[in-house]
Amino acid sequence: MKTLSKVYTALILLFLFAPIVILIVFSFNGSNSTAVMSGFSFQWYEELFHNSNILEAVRNTLVLAVASAVISTIMGTAAAVGIFRLRSKYLRAALDTVTNIPMINPDIITGISLMLMFVFVGRFFGLSNSLSFWTMLIAHVTFCLPYVILQVLPKLQQMDKSLPEAAMDLGCTHFRAFLKVEIPELFPGILTGMIMAFTMSLDDFVISYFTAGPGFQTLPVLIYSMTKKTVKPTIYSLATIIFFVILALLTLSNLVDSDTDKAIKEARKKKKAKNQAN
Amino acid sequence: MKKNANSRGSLIQRLVLAPYSLWAVLFIVVPLFFIAFYAFTDSQMHFTLHNIRNVFTYRINQDETLPYYVMVFGRSLKLAVISTLICLLLGYPFAYRIARATPRTQSILITIIMIPMWMNFLIRTYAWMVILQDKGILNGGLALLGLGPIHVIGTETAVIIGMVYDYLPYMILPIYSVMAKMDNKLLEAARDLGCNGFGVLRRVIWPLSLPGVISGVNMVLIPSVSTFYISQKLGGKMKLIGDEIEEKYTNFDFNGAAAIAFIMMILLLVVMALLQHRANKRSVA
Repeated sequence: MKTLSKVYTALILLFLFAPIVILIVFSFNGSNSTAVMSGFSFQWYEELFHNSNILEAVRNTLVLAVASAVISTIMGTAAAVGIFRLRSKYLRAALDTVTNIPMINPDIITGISLMLMFVFVGRFFGLSNSLSFWTMLIAHVTFCLPYVILQVLPKLQQMDKSLPEAAMDLGCTHFRAFLKVEIPELFPGILTGMIMAFTMSLDDFVISYFTAGPGFQTLPVLIYSMTKKTVKPTIYSLATIIFFVILALLTLSNLVDSDTDKAIKEARKKKKAKNQAN
Repeated sequence: MKKNANSRGSLIQRLVLAPYSLWAVLFIVVPLFFIAFYAFTDSQMHFTLHNIRNVFTYRINQDETLPYYVMVFGRSLKLAVISTLICLLLGYPFAYRIARATPRTQSILITIIMIPMWMNFLIRTYAWMVILQDKGILNGGLALLGLGPIHVIGTETAVIIGMVYDYLPYMILPIYSVMAKMDNKLLEAARDLGCNGFGVLRRVIWPLSLPGVISGVNMVLIPSVSTFYISQKLGGKMKLIGDEIEEKYTNFDFNGAAAIAFIMMILLLVVMALLQHRANKRSVA
């Protein structure tokens, strides 16, 4: 049974990673074939760093991801606080439903629906092309918002209600109590929400595809137009770089996580020892 | 004094919720009405049922039994359901295996599962095209073993492989997160009361993990039904309903695209309501 489970785990991991390994190997291909390996070279990496289209798309993607993460985090955190304090049950149910829509709807529906609205509004104002960086930013903030809200809301529910009350009893205003007491309590949720928003924006293709203007291309949209034609291994070297960046980030965050876990455990132990000593 | 503080609190609450409420109405709710609006109008913005009727009646050859788009809808649904079932079959035991591991192994395995998720799915799908094409790596490997060649690219099998590969982590993660919270004592109690391994699975683990399964099924089924990239790269000339929407969009037939999108939305709502209904019934039973 144990060996069976090990073999099974290995097979699933093989299935998940074989294509990625193949990409990495072929990014060093000496020829421009994407099926036959002949020789070893860095030529595709060189070409990648000389391709101004790709570099610009990388820059665009990062700018868009940072902007939509920041906006959706601020608006989403405020929204979560508002939703949490809402007294009307109906209003709360309505907001919950609306918040769920972008997560349940297929991306293609979200993308098409926003595109149709932008085109309609553009036509209304007599613009020949209404899609731009701004329409994409609106789209990205829209699909990032629910993830931020869903990360912050549980932290609000876990928070000890007497904390902000105590702060106000001690002379804090509502706003100061919120800044000094609630925000630090919510911070882990806010941070996770922001990271999720950032990565969702970074990775999104479908919604970007429908809302991207001709002047502003993100990396996934560019990759799409590149893979419409036969591809050179440049795209593989790009994938390889992305892979190792992600690997490094995930490993780092895992290390940080286990460090904080350890720190928390040790602090608890010390507290326990102290209590026992008393 | 107290009353005053409360009313000030509620004013802040309203202000705090206002930007999101406005945003949600403008960019989540209103756009959905635009799908309906475009679906029921022509390019001059006059009311028409033509787009919707077209979806249910258009045939490429008059002698075909099923209308074209109905057939494409059927194919999309079929491939998506098969892929979802395969993901469930592959992912469920794997999620269980992760949930049973030590905390450290759990976090390592979850990180490993998430790495492919964070790679761009266009590139992942493209990699499968490289593997599966007629003179690709799969047939190269088979030739070394003295087998093959087999023709996979352009078939439904290839599309299913792509879907399973792209969305398997979305099945594993929600099931795992439910299973990780499962109380071990329940399993032990079931064993003590005479359940065999299969009985524990059927009567305890499966019902408890059902919420994770439902959200996993949703997370695989919905992107599979609506995909257009996977079919473009792995399906050859085969078209799924996402391809039809995308094609109408690239041809600037926004009304036609909206009509298909509108029907897809309603279809998915029905499917999801049915799923949820069955889940509720089961959990009550």
